[in-house]
Amino acid sequence: MDHANLRAQFPTLEQTLDGYPLCYLDTAATSQKPKQVIEAMSSYYHKDNANVHRAAHQLSSRATTHYEAVRDQLKSFIKAQRREEIIFTHGTTESINMVAYGLTHKIKSGDMILIDTAAHHANIVPWQELAKRTGAVIKPIPLTEDCRLDIQAYDKLLEEKPAIVALCHVSNALGTQNPVDSLIAKAKAVGAITLIDGAQAIAHLDVDMQKINCDFYVFSGHKMYGPTGVGVLYGRFELLDTLTPMMTGGEMIKTVSFDSTEYNILPNRLEAGTPPIAEVIGLGEALSFLLSLPTAETAQREKELLNYLQQQLKNLGDITLYGAHEDNIGAVAFNLTGEHHQDVGILLDQQGIAVRCGHHCAMPLMQSLGIKGCCRASIGVYSNKEDIDRFIEALKSVKDMLLD
Amino acid sequence: MSQLAQPSTAAFLALSLDSEEILPLFENAGSWQERYRQIMLLGKKLPKLDEEFRVEQAQVRGCESNAWLYHNEIEGKHYFIADSDARIVKGLIALLLTACNGKSSDEIAAFNSDVYFDRLGLTGQLSPSRTNGLLAVLKAIKTSV
Repeated sequence: MDHANLRAQFPTLEQTLDGYPLCYLDTAATSQKPKQVIEAMSSYYHKDNANVHRAAHQLSSRATTHYEAVRDQLKSFIKAQRREEIIFTHGTTESINMVAYGLTHKIKSGDMILIDTAAHHANIVPWQELAKRTGAVIKPIPLTEDCRLDIQAYDKLLEEKPAIVALCHVSNALGTQNPVDSLIAKAKAVGAITLIDGAQAIAHLDVDMQKINCDFYVFSGHKMYGPTGVGVLYGRFELLDTLTPMMTGGEMIKTVSFDSTEYNILPNRLEAGTPPIAEVIGLGEALSFLLSLPTAETAQREKELLNYLQQQLKNLGDITLYGAHEDNIGAVAFNLTGEHHQDVGILLDQQGIAVRCGHHCAMPLMQSLGIKGCCRASIGVYSNKEDIDRFIEALKSVKDMLLD
Repeated sequence: MSQLAQPSTAAFLALSLDSEEILPLFENAGSWQERYRQIMLLGKKLPKLDEEFRVEQAQVRGCESNAWLYHNEIEGKHYFIADSDARIVKGLIALLLTACNGKSSDEIAAFNSDVYFDRLGLTGQLSPSRTNGLLAVLKAIKTSV
């Protein structure tokens, strides 16, 4: 597909801000949505709106068929073994909370939970809460000076036989990538339960559950060209089946009496209440959209664009880059040397450039880098070289104003 | 904030932001770049708050950057000292202080920031509702009097 045509599928990108055309470099926070996703959700509300799994009427039947078809789509998308291994949640954060809560009965006082220093808060706080409930101990896996996970330190920590290892596939703040296949193999060798936060990876990398072989993998719809309010918890069936439901009620039950309740089987057991039906349908369209792209070509294009962005930033001078490696995914973190990230963000926004500035919900990472925050420019399938050039031009003018 | 260690009364009175001098610079600015330049120059007129006063209790919540605010009432007028580690926010705070420093409670209560920022040509990007934190500083000023 011609790239201009692909970009034209994203209506939000065709607007001006304060007289400047929008330059959207905040895809890691949330991606823009193609027309087909927006239209699929609108069509559901126009024609098929009904609750799933319950009523005997045709609308409900259509909604249920569509909703469950997306589960099958996801199963094949991430190469899960069974459709019951795909649980719809409202996002990465809920997915991790469900796992951390659901494992409570498996964790005892003194157990160790290893977490990634580059993790965002959603992959830290639920584990802290689990530790509070059980008396488990949290240990962060340190980073090397160039902001990669310190493999030597990781190996050392594994000798202490952690009960849980929670990693990110790609760091949301930095775009650095973890070698998850080998990290998971090592964790499994010492008997740890493993979870990977794939929120920043799923739209960019080939994510294969059989290859990664983790117990849990979680991601959000809105970072993969789908809607907000929907996400996925993938779990290896045997382990997923032992999670205590965090939410009870609604269709997660089989029978209820005032004496006792019998829970439903997977996946319903972990999908209490009315699910985000329109959002799941939108997510299905986002998958169709992703699958319509030439995968290898798209990945190569994104890689070249990100490397170009890293290089242009380096060339600009007076820029501090954090963990910028050639194999990073989607994002680059930087500061204009000596300047506050918020000043940079405000002056970029004034020129129609949307980037994220702050701690990126990864305060421990910022602490380990010794900074209060930074700016992050991130790209998606619709990003082009012109976006990068405009961003660099704007940043040049910001630099002139601030370093004046 | 009264139980906090406070900068001296002299420090509060020393802050001079003459609105007659400052406001024309904004009103006459021809471009947004020039307005931002003036904002940052104005920020430089606010003295840097000593480390000992950059404490959590004086921090204004809701700012992406750190901002600290101190208030003192001297002979029925309100005076403020503030600082931020981001330049634009600091400049914007200076603009708020220009409007509020040395004023009575009634004057501060009646202060309409929308009208003020509109007059300065800052309605778009830099109005308090769009600038993360500025609204929080304005609220802190209004509630302290």
